[in-house]
Amino acid sequence: MTARAGTLDRAEVARLEEMARRIRVEIIRTVNHAQVGHVGGPLSAADLVAALYFRVLRIRPEEPHWPARDRFILSKGHSSLVQYAAMALRGYFPVDELRTFDSRGSRLQGHPDMKLLPGIDMSTGSLGMGLSAGLGMALGSRFTSVEPRVYVLLGDGECQEGQVWEAAMAGARYGVDNLVAIVDHNRLQQYGWPDETPEVRLPPQEPGELVAKWSAFGWRVIETDGHDMADVVEALERASEPTGRPSVAIAHTLKGHGVSFMEGDYRWHSRPIQPDDFAAAMRELGEPEA
Amino acid sequence: MTLPMGRPMREVFGETVSDLADRDARIVMLDGDLGSSTRADIFEHRHPDRFLQMGIAEQNMIGVAAGMATMGLMPFISTFVSFAVVRPLDQVRVQVAQTGANVKLTAGYAGLFTGMAGKTHHIVDDVSIMRAMPGMVVISPADDVETDRAIRWAASYEGPVYVRIVRDATQRLFDDEYRFAFGRALVVREGSDVTLVSTGAQTPRTVEAADLLAERGISAHVVHLPTLKPLDVEGIVAAAERTGRVVTVEEHTVLGGLGGAVAEALGEHRPTSMRRIGFEDIYTESAPNDVLLDMYGLSAERVAEHVRSIAWNS
Repeated sequence: MTARAGTLDRAEVARLEEMARRIRVEIIRTVNHAQVGHVGGPLSAADLVAALYFRVLRIRPEEPHWPARDRFILSKGHSSLVQYAAMALRGYFPVDELRTFDSRGSRLQGHPDMKLLPGIDMSTGSLGMGLSAGLGMALGSRFTSVEPRVYVLLGDGECQEGQVWEAAMAGARYGVDNLVAIVDHNRLQQYGWPDETPEVRLPPQEPGELVAKWSAFGWRVIETDGHDMADVVEALERASEPTGRPSVAIAHTLKGHGVSFMEGDYRWHSRPIQPDDFAAAMRELGEPEA
Repeated sequence: MTLPMGRPMREVFGETVSDLADRDARIVMLDGDLGSSTRADIFEHRHPDRFLQMGIAEQNMIGVAAGMATMGLMPFISTFVSFAVVRPLDQVRVQVAQTGANVKLTAGYAGLFTGMAGKTHHIVDDVSIMRAMPGMVVISPADDVETDRAIRWAASYEGPVYVRIVRDATQRLFDDEYRFAFGRALVVREGSDVTLVSTGAQTPRTVEAADLLAERGISAHVVHLPTLKPLDVEGIVAAAERTGRVVTVEEHTVLGGLGGAVAEALGEHRPTSMRRIGFEDIYTESAPNDVLLDMYGLSAERVAEHVRSIAWNS
């Protein structure tokens, strides 16, 4: 059902947009059911993750440990719900299992756990660590017979961690070109610095700062509108081309995208959903519940 | 009796990992810009394609190792204990221990012998930290022979292992026939008056202390614990029962290290009068090795004096 890299016609874009919509629906349903979990970050990354799981990644959900598979690391592990929703819809496990999220005995831990859930290539949760592991996979593949591409999704707030830049330095030093970083640049972190009033928070970086930094570290930088599916796919496929150095796709996104009253509001980073809000969110996502 | 000097553990580290890599294509060496000190340079000369300089960026190095392990490789880490355990502690915990990655934290410059680098480099709480980490194996070899055997054992084991390696030559306790028994306490001197439990390069000095005590009519039973995690509780209990008095001796803080581990085991399984010799909640200072051992009461003479001075009330 999933196309490999091929023509990106209007039908293909519509198919991927529909998967992104369904991912958002499952994120909202799951947070509503669990009454806990992050919301804003998973929603901002939904289009990126839909493009990855339903087009870009060479994976076999029925064979999650397939040695030659592309690797995907959700470095912003607190957005685990976006990955879980995509994996369920892609067939790694039943969609109903999403309702076990964060409950006792669940394989769907608050942060992705590779020891529990087949298909998770690296456990994450402590920010800043995923790119190093991705570099290890990309560099390590030089000593193996497989040639995976490795994709690491980071948050923009996460890019405040020093380890990200250690990995960026080393990745460029080794000219690792089967490694793609993707930054979900949604311009909000959990709390952040106050703007003129404490109710409004500043973005994690100044405009243009991430592009300048990744470029200065020797990475090929590709910018994309993270909510324009055709643009996202084009950016990720271009970033996947080997060029002798690592690539980063900086995706301009909106925290909470897809649910109007969650968009751009730092308080929706992580918050239980009230019944009225749940109904309104589902209506906006085109899935009014009975 | 004075034990002969062995070779520096760090040289054995470089050679043994190189030997293993001759036959095991999974082995790679990751260096945090200290290969000329840790002697990972020996590996670089023998396996240049599998030596990966990671620069002065230890947090990344640990994460890279974890990622490589998922590709079926067996990364060995080359840096100082300070920069393998404490600096990237969260990376070790989350990316190596929690994932069960097949990464070998073979860290040099354990304890006081750091080329007079002082308290930033004297990491003497690493055993306490690492033994509290689920999934981590902690090994502190006594000499060059045991370092070789412990590294060979680590390469045969699937999962994270921390091996403490000493920079400078220390006394040799074992001969070439020595076989490393993972997870087992090892009796290295039989005695009947007091049990001395020791680990790492302190064990040979503790054995020398036992010989000095013998000259004064005190028969010390000496047990070496190369594996600090998992702990050989049965072996510790048996050693305690042998004399009814236990003194732990370590080149490490007494808080949570060997002394803490033995106290935990005996407290629950065989309450026994005991004392702990080691660092007493202090930061250490720079000085030549023999001066440091004397200052902190870890030379054979100072250990023997300490044990003689104990007023046992039972």
